Amino acid sequence: MLDKIGIAKRIAQEVQDGYYVNLGIGIPTLVANYVRDNIEVEFQSENGVLGMGPFPYEGEEDADLINAGKQTITTLPGASFFDSSLSFSMIRGQHVDLTILGAMEVSEEGDIANWKIPGKMVKGMGGAMDLVASAKNIIVAMMHTNKAGESKLLKKCSLPLTGVGCVKKIVTNLAVLEVTEDGFKLLERAPGISVEDIKKATEGKLIVEGEIPEMVL
Amino acid sequence: MINKKVANVTEAMQGVKDGMTLMVGGFGLCGIPENAINNLVKMNVKGLTCISNNAGVDDFGLGLLLHKRQIKKMISSYVGENDEFERQMLSGELEVELVPQGTLVERCRAAQSGFPAFFTPAGYGTEVAEGKEIREFNGKMYVLEKAFEADFAFVKAWKGDAAGNLIFKGTARNFNPSMCGSAKITVAEVEELVPVGSLDPNQIHIPGIFVQRIFQGEKYEKRIEQLTVRKRV
Repeated sequence: MLDKIGIAKRIAQEVQDGYYVNLGIGIPTLVANYVRDNIEVEFQSENGVLGMGPFPYEGEEDADLINAGKQTITTLPGASFFDSSLSFSMIRGQHVDLTILGAMEVSEEGDIANWKIPGKMVKGMGGAMDLVASAKNIIVAMMHTNKAGESKLLKKCSLPLTGVGCVKKIVTNLAVLEVTEDGFKLLERAPGISVEDIKKATEGKLIVEGEIPEMVL
Repeated sequence: MINKKVANVTEAMQGVKDGMTLMVGGFGLCGIPENAINNLVKMNVKGLTCISNNAGVDDFGLGLLLHKRQIKKMISSYVGENDEFERQMLSGELEVELVPQGTLVERCRAAQSGFPAFFTPAGYGTEVAEGKEIREFNGKMYVLEKAFEADFAFVKAWKGDAAGNLIFKGTARNFNPSMCGSAKITVAEVEELVPVGSLDPNQIHIPGIFVQRIFQGEKYEKRIEQLTVRKRV
C-alpha cells in the first residue's frame, strides 16, 4: 500500500517533458518534489504564478509570494506573475497540460466531488471547477477508501459534484486506474496489494484485463 | 494629469454606506487592501455584500468585518481557514454565494470591460449551474454567468502615482487588477505613492483611468497565512 508520498511519486511519473502543470492542495503539491531531473516542467499556481520553485529558506519568505494553498514559495528563472483573470485564461484556454488534484469521490463516469459535504463542511471550490471543466488531462490523487473503509471510487458520486465526466486517471494508495467509457480500468497495483483487495475497495465498475503489474516506484 | 490622489483612507472611503456591495482585492491575505478593510471596521458600516476570493482569517482581513457582523453576504470561491465564517454560514446568519474562482474573477472583469455576461464551462453539471442558462458550443456545454454590479472596489497595489496608475508585486496582484474600474468607484491603496512621471509607462499594470481615488497606505502588516520554509543543508 502506498502512503501519500508514494502516491505523489507515482503521479510524478506521469509528468512529461515540456508540460505546464497545475497542482492542487494536499498530495498534489508533493508531486513537484519527485519529478525527474532530466525534464523541463513549469508549475502554475492559479493565484498568479508560472515557474514556481521550492519553499523559501527560513528568513527569505516574502508575504507577496505565495501559492494557491497560501504557502510561501519561491520562483525559478523564467517565472512570471500575472493576475487571476489571465491565470484562468491559461486554465480555461487549455494552455495548462496537466491538472493534478485531490478528490473526496470519483464516479466510474469520471465525475468528481471535492468541495462540499452538505451541512458539515463547506470550504468552497476555489479554482477546482474551472480546472476540471477545461483541463486536457486530469489526474486525481486520493485514498481508495474513507476512514470507515468505504470506497471513494463509486458508481455515482453522493456528494455535490465539482465536474462531470472529466477525470482521466486516478492514483490511489492501492492502484492506478484509468477512467474509460466502461468504468474504472485497473492499470497497476500498489506494492503488496492484490487485484482482489482492489476489487473489494472499489464500488464502481472495475475492469480487470489480463495480468495487472505492480507499480514501479 | 488628472489627479486621483486623496489625503488619507477616510477621504478615500467617503460615500461608503450600509447595504452597499463592495469588491475587495486579494488572495488569502496576500494583496488585500488592509487600510480600507481596517477603516470599514472603524466606520462600522453594516449589511455589506462583499465580493472577494476569500474571507480573511478570524482576526485579520475580512474576518474582522465578519467578527463584527458587518457582512450580510459574501461572494467568494474559497472560505476555509476561517472558523467564525464557517459558523455564521452553517447557522444561516451569513448568506454565502460560492463561485468558481475563474468565474469570480471573470465576473469582475466583465464589469470592468462592459460585458453583461459570458459563457464558461466551469460548474456545468454542478449545483453552481442550477437556474442558469446553459448553451452548447462546438459540442461542449457552457453556463451563462453575469457581470457583477458593485458600489466600491477596494484594491491594493505596490506602487502607484497621483494619476491612478498602478503596479503590483508578485502574487499580490491576483484579483486586484480585474476589480479596478469594475465598481462605480475604485479606491486604490499603495505601499508607495511615487511622483507622477517616475513610473515607466511600459511597466504599468493598470492605467489610472480605472481608478477614481488613490492614497498612500500605512502600517502594512502583510501577514503570512501559511509560512512554509525549507532548512538549509
